[in-house]
Amino acid sequence: MAYSEKVRSTYKELIDGIRNDGLFKEERYIHSEQGVEIKVEFPAGSKPRDVLNFCANNYLGLSSHPEVIKAAHEGLDMRGYGMSSVRFICGTQDIHRELEEKLTAFLETEDTVLFASCMDANAGMFEAILTAEDVMIADRLVHASVVDGMRLCPAKHDTFKHSNMEHLEKKLQEHQDARYRMIITDGVFSMDGDMAKLDVICDLADKYDAMVMVDDSHATGFIGKQGKGTHEHCGVLGRIDAITTTLGKALGGASGGCVSGRAELVEMCRQRARPYLFSNTVAPVVVAAANKVMDIITATTERRDKLEESTKYWRAGLESAGFDLKESQTPIVPIMLYNAKLAQDMARDLFDEGVYVIGFFFPVVAKGQARIRTQISAAHEKEHLDKALEAFTKIGAKYDILGKSKDDIVAKYGL
Amino acid sequence: MAMQDLIIEYIKDEYLEEDDEVGLDTPLISSGIVDSFSMVSLKTFLENKYGISIPDEKAAPEAFDTVRKIIDLVHEFNPDAE
Repeated sequence: MAYSEKVRSTYKELIDGIRNDGLFKEERYIHSEQGVEIKVEFPAGSKPRDVLNFCANNYLGLSSHPEVIKAAHEGLDMRGYGMSSVRFICGTQDIHRELEEKLTAFLETEDTVLFASCMDANAGMFEAILTAEDVMIADRLVHASVVDGMRLCPAKHDTFKHSNMEHLEKKLQEHQDARYRMIITDGVFSMDGDMAKLDVICDLADKYDAMVMVDDSHATGFIGKQGKGTHEHCGVLGRIDAITTTLGKALGGASGGCVSGRAELVEMCRQRARPYLFSNTVAPVVVAAANKVMDIITATTERRDKLEESTKYWRAGLESAGFDLKESQTPIVPIMLYNAKLAQDMARDLFDEGVYVIGFFFPVVAKGQARIRTQISAAHEKEHLDKALEAFTKIGAKYDILGKSKDDIVAKYGL
Repeated sequence: MAMQDLIIEYIKDEYLEEDDEVGLDTPLISSGIVDSFSMVSLKTFLENKYGISIPDEKAAPEAFDTVRKIIDLVHEFNPDAE
């Protein structure tokens, strides 16, 4: 069928609808390496301006770290640019296995398999290990890639209220007739920055004979005293059956992800997970740099310690300015505004003040839960935080929301 | 208990927080109270409770958007259900 005017107009109308609904996503062109001080062209065509970045997943500040860049150069020189193959044909180098072994040791699991992304790991894992006789029971706020992976899997699925352990227990009781049960959760939830109660979840898993799967993408490298992740923070190292995580956030931020966990589950992913079997291997340059990242975070907790301190400083600053914050112990610090337009307007004004943040609203978060999500990095210095606090305070005062409760803000701006 | 009350009770217990209310025509999915991914437990509840099987093509999110529509859906497969 030709790409007729009728077909074209169908998609134009759909795109117009997305725009009219206020859901149109625009890319901002960054004219520098990723970091805290970046040059951003926005709107497209305007002169790039210097802003402080508070919306990257660059938690450990390793995305442009000199040692990581040097390792990437060396990897390029020693192992080339591309592999032109999936892993199991001729796409596995010694450095791929080295990285898998380093991840296994760091996460304290039995084995690890790399994927092109954590999206791929989540998309492929469930189908590879579960059957129609099994049931997956997921927290309602798991990441979209986990939802997609569950949809691709023939096992039955059910959900429990976010972090509601009584509801999870009820669901586990309801599904005792399934062959196997798998509890599925994010370790740190990306929009609220809160952590799963993995200690309770593991106890329930023992009580009701269930496996536990955690997507720890927003935790690996910095949550827990050694930065191993939410399972370390909750004291359940060795009790999580499958962890998926990413190299695309704290661990250098380039690309790649993995499934790490019980040896047999990981092996099933190697044998059966379609994104592993049918997509290209992670590029040698990324693997070489990620190996260096693992060396850095294994050698010292300096960066995650600094991140923890900076997060405390940032939260305290926002709280004393009078912002309404979501409770969290992670570098994800959401500033609650409730109203979608207010979140967008404030984000735009903050950009004009030299602070790059994004407003999130329905359907990315629940209706009436619009917020600006800020994310702290170990690369933020005190002067960056102070400058941003000053900008936030100025814009917060402009909209008269400082010291105001949820009810006050909703009364003024609506939901 | 009448079907309407039973369904409302299930929705409140399964999806809502304590102080949330839902009526016959409260939008559930389009308003974000229930997301389409979590809807499966409601479908299973209706199937078990009223002895019906709702095929996937009939289980579109729109068909579950209000309690009134859910009652209509149940009656489509079990006209005698009360």
